[in-house]
Amino acid sequence: MLKANTDIVRLNGAEKHFGAVRALNGVDFHVGAGECVGLVGHNGAGKSTLMHMVAGTLRPDGGQIAVRGNEEASYSVARALELGIRCVFQELSLCPNLSIAENTRINHPSLAGFGWRRRAADLIRAKLDEIFPDHGISADDIAGDLSIGRRQMVEVARAFTLTREPLHLVILDEPTSSLDAHTAGQLLSFVRRFVEAGGSCILISHVLGEVLQNADRIVVMRDGKVVAADAADVFDRDKLVAAMGGAEGHQKAAAETRKTEAGALRVRARPARQQDGKELVARAGEIIGLAGLAGHGQTDLLLAIFSAAARAKAGIEVTAPVALVAGDRQSDGIFSQWSIAQNIGIRSLGRLRNGLFISPQREAELAEFWKKKIGIRTPDMNNNIYSLSGGNQQKALFARALGSDAEIVLMDDPMRGVDIGTKLEVYDLVREEAAKGRTFLWYTTETEELDNCDHVYVFKNGRIVANLRRDELTEEKIIQSSFGDAA
Amino acid sequence: MRPEMTAIAPGTLPKSSPRGSAARARLLRGLLPALSLALVLMAIAWLNPRAISYFGFNLMLNLAIPIALATIAQMFVIAGNELDLSIGTFVGFVGCVTATWLRDAPLLGILVLLGSIGVYALLGALIHLRNLPSIVVTLGMSFVWQGLAILVLPKPGGKAPDWLLSIMSFKPPYIPFPILAALIIAAVVHFGLMRTSYGVILRGSGGNAAALRRAGWSLLKTKIVLFALTGLFGVLSGMALIGITTSADANIGNGYTLLSIAGVILGGGEFVGGRVSPIGAVIGALTLALAASPLLTFMHIPPDWQVAANGAILIIVLAARVLISRRER
Amino acid sequence: MTSVRTLLEKPWLWSFVGALVVWLATVAFTGGYGAGGMVTAALSLAVFTVIVGVGQMFVITLGPGNVDLSLPANIGLASAVAMKVMGGSDSMIVVGMLAALACGAAIGAVNYLLIWALRIPPIIATLSASFIIQSVDISYGRGLQIKPPPGFADFTNWQVLGIPVLAMLTVIFTIGAALALQRMIYGRSVLAIGQNIRAAWLAGVHVGRIRFLTYTLCGALGGIDGALLAGYFRGANVDIGNEYLLASIAVVVIGGTSVAGGKANVPGVWGAGLFLVLLLTMLNTFGVSAGVRLVLTGLIIVGVITAAGGEKAVR
Repeated sequence: MLKANTDIVRLNGAEKHFGAVRALNGVDFHVGAGECVGLVGHNGAGKSTLMHMVAGTLRPDGGQIAVRGNEEASYSVARALELGIRCVFQELSLCPNLSIAENTRINHPSLAGFGWRRRAADLIRAKLDEIFPDHGISADDIAGDLSIGRRQMVEVARAFTLTREPLHLVILDEPTSSLDAHTAGQLLSFVRRFVEAGGSCILISHVLGEVLQNADRIVVMRDGKVVAADAADVFDRDKLVAAMGGAEGHQKAAAETRKTEAGALRVRARPARQQDGKELVARAGEIIGLAGLAGHGQTDLLLAIFSAAARAKAGIEVTAPVALVAGDRQSDGIFSQWSIAQNIGIRSLGRLRNGLFISPQREAELAEFWKKKIGIRTPDMNNNIYSLSGGNQQKALFARALGSDAEIVLMDDPMRGVDIGTKLEVYDLVREEAAKGRTFLWYTTETEELDNCDHVYVFKNGRIVANLRRDELTEEKIIQSSFGDAA
Repeated sequence: MRPEMTAIAPGTLPKSSPRGSAARARLLRGLLPALSLALVLMAIAWLNPRAISYFGFNLMLNLAIPIALATIAQMFVIAGNELDLSIGTFVGFVGCVTATWLRDAPLLGILVLLGSIGVYALLGALIHLRNLPSIVVTLGMSFVWQGLAILVLPKPGGKAPDWLLSIMSFKPPYIPFPILAALIIAAVVHFGLMRTSYGVILRGSGGNAAALRRAGWSLLKTKIVLFALTGLFGVLSGMALIGITTSADANIGNGYTLLSIAGVILGGGEFVGGRVSPIGAVIGALTLALAASPLLTFMHIPPDWQVAANGAILIIVLAARVLISRRER
Repeated sequence: MTSVRTLLEKPWLWSFVGALVVWLATVAFTGGYGAGGMVTAALSLAVFTVIVGVGQMFVITLGPGNVDLSLPANIGLASAVAMKVMGGSDSMIVVGMLAALACGAAIGAVNYLLIWALRIPPIIATLSASFIIQSVDISYGRGLQIKPPPGFADFTNWQVLGIPVLAMLTVIFTIGAALALQRMIYGRSVLAIGQNIRAAWLAGVHVGRIRFLTYTLCGALGGIDGALLAGYFRGANVDIGNEYLLASIAVVVIGGTSVAGGKANVPGVWGAGLFLVLLLTMLNTFGVSAGVRLVLTGLIIVGVITAAGGEKAVR
């Protein structure tokens, strides 16, 4: 009874799917007044989707949302702001062409009229002083001139500024990702003070110590569900890791021993930020995994290898043609106006040529071959690529790479949001192609996929921090290295 | 006690501020327009010292006011990441209305001019709602304005209203009128766009539209306002032009499309990102007005090459800017 | 039945339908007088728009922001170069054509170099270039022998059975352009870049090389157009290309090519070229003034883009 009234926000049975992918699968979640809730989980566990719902930027497909005990039928960003719920998004949302004071004004309609510049500057300066006493940022600085860390400081401070709208709950999505230890500490102790004064906060962070030390309650998500939720002092580091990674463990893929003799060198690459001597080495016939948290330099290295194949680059050696299978299909892979066959053929145009012109017959043959081989489910390969389901679109991208002359195939987390059936088919194909001598560099955020790899490089902050052989590979170990303490 | 805190992306918060150099580069870029103007002025002073006088400026900067106003007009759409390829013919259309209806039937003239600003506002709405490329839409509109101009004034002629003539031939003491007018234009627009609270929203719409929408602002409204302001300053430019030339011609403004874009860029504006400067734009317009003919005449450059000089100045300034931003990195 | 429907969904069809409707309206107005002559004249004039329109189409297909604003200046200069090289002598016709082609191609190459080296949007690069080209033309064209050789003038005006030979050649050229677009590596690459430049790069397309080629090609077509125009109108002058800035973009848009890039349509350029010329003829026949003609042309362009708009590539 009393508890319901002290809830700031409560979601019951929240559901969300993007196409065939269930991002949220019936989640119950609440934040009380004067409470800091820590939210942890691996990439794609559904944390961001859940937070977008609380902030009003995404509408749930099912379930209810209630604020202070009142159910909100048409919840939106504007309504959330009205109710005092704000969010610091992971992607930066400052206008780079405006000053810090001007950026503050954007979030406060009441900062207008005579003397608004001074009021805006005072407001943000006072908040910066309060949170980061030695911030060294002037209200007149242009946002685009600041370092990414300072921009993050401004954004966090801006979320806590107060004018006309109330402020009850602030969602902090990886607020310390660009901060150094000192400023991160300042921010977290401010969050503690804010919560002690009666405010509420949701803290999302991959730095588990931050969450353990600052949250009152911790919610662990996995595969679009809440798998654990309890007071913070019930958890410790190992328990969190176990909850996130799934303590029941996975059935390892049949680990048939593969040929051990070293093939010809295909790729030798050192990440740009690597300071020690570690480097990635891949030989013919190998499947190499790139693991670690999302955005820690795996894609950057793949792209560096990709461009090094066309033009020599310091620190990277590539000895055979390269093709890339994109994970972000919309922005890196699909040609939306084209048929499935054309999408597959683009990487092999040179071979499809008959004299001066591309032979439609050869293009169709290539498409049909891969339709059968990889099992693309469509009545006609001349249909538009978007007539396919997400998984089959991804298969077409695989066909593009595998149908080409490339001996090295770079995979940029390509199985994101793909159904399990498709995955298993593609895993088999990758192993088969590797047995024929192709080399695969496979970045994945899904740990069980690494079971297909001969060995795995774990990335952190743009560097290789571990090189695990197949037989020493456990999920625990990968999470330990990627959340590892030593930088 | 907080071991994970070392887990930061390296180089994100260096102790020694890189902001100093970024700010310096920005300052340098900000000074670039003034520098080019100073350079042109010095060249003129060296070639023909007598030109640097009250009369000289009145003569040399004869057409600077309408160019500056057209440049400001262009600057508003550019602030919203759009481009107006019809501003030149629009200025011509306004000129024709000014030299005919505004003199003979002032009420009708005023209504037509206000209506044309309304058309600009509608274009802004159309471009936003239908997600249209402004280049093509304004290209089409340039036909429309030109056609309307010919309809209003089939043959060169007409006459500016007397009040307009007397305004434009105003001779203030000490400061030549074009310079005074440029100062006023720059100050007013700078205040409106750079200092008011809604000006921030207008510029923000070019900087990060998604952030603005997330904060609850209407992007439709910002686009309409920006286009309406372009229309307003286009009207002012056309009227000022006719106040100087006293009579009109349907093709009188055709060169202004290119001049206005060049002026904004010379003045430090950028095509995307909402980075524009009203003061810079006015300086850019003055530079172009001076470089366009007086300087080249003094340098004995044949009139044939004056257009080329404009193009070359544009390329040189852009190249200088690339060099500066490269050093920024 | 379905084939009719798929045919109706072809965007370029509408430009031909538009051209036909305009022609019928004009013929109805004149009571059938001059129906054939109108077609001949329309074909003769549309040729010049189609040639630069195809070049502009390839550039626009490269994606948002790509457009060549230097075509008018390019056409003007190339027409002068061609006439100067030909020097009124029939024996120099081929050399003159080649000179115009080279001049245009050089302008296109410089355009891309400006875009690439100064990292400026194509609009401003081609604009600055056009300033300079214009001046070169003005000073170069002064006091030149600007009349075409009689053979060249006759050739550009040559008709067989009421069909201009130049139009026939241009049809062959556009068939080639359509093949290049759909069936050659070059065309596929242009379409890929226009749909998604990053995906194109990751799929192994030589993005820089293709863009360079496209701007050069567009410039070269402008150069040829300039020479042909000078022959057809029996003389070169600085303003000869002025109307082709707007016209080249208009035929691309009306012809069903996406301004967002990645989708191009060669037949549509022909349809739109004929439509624009016939529209002009119709308005002239109706006796409307130049002003009304311009207003209607402008409104049609805005109307077409509004109807076709709202389809910016999904990113």
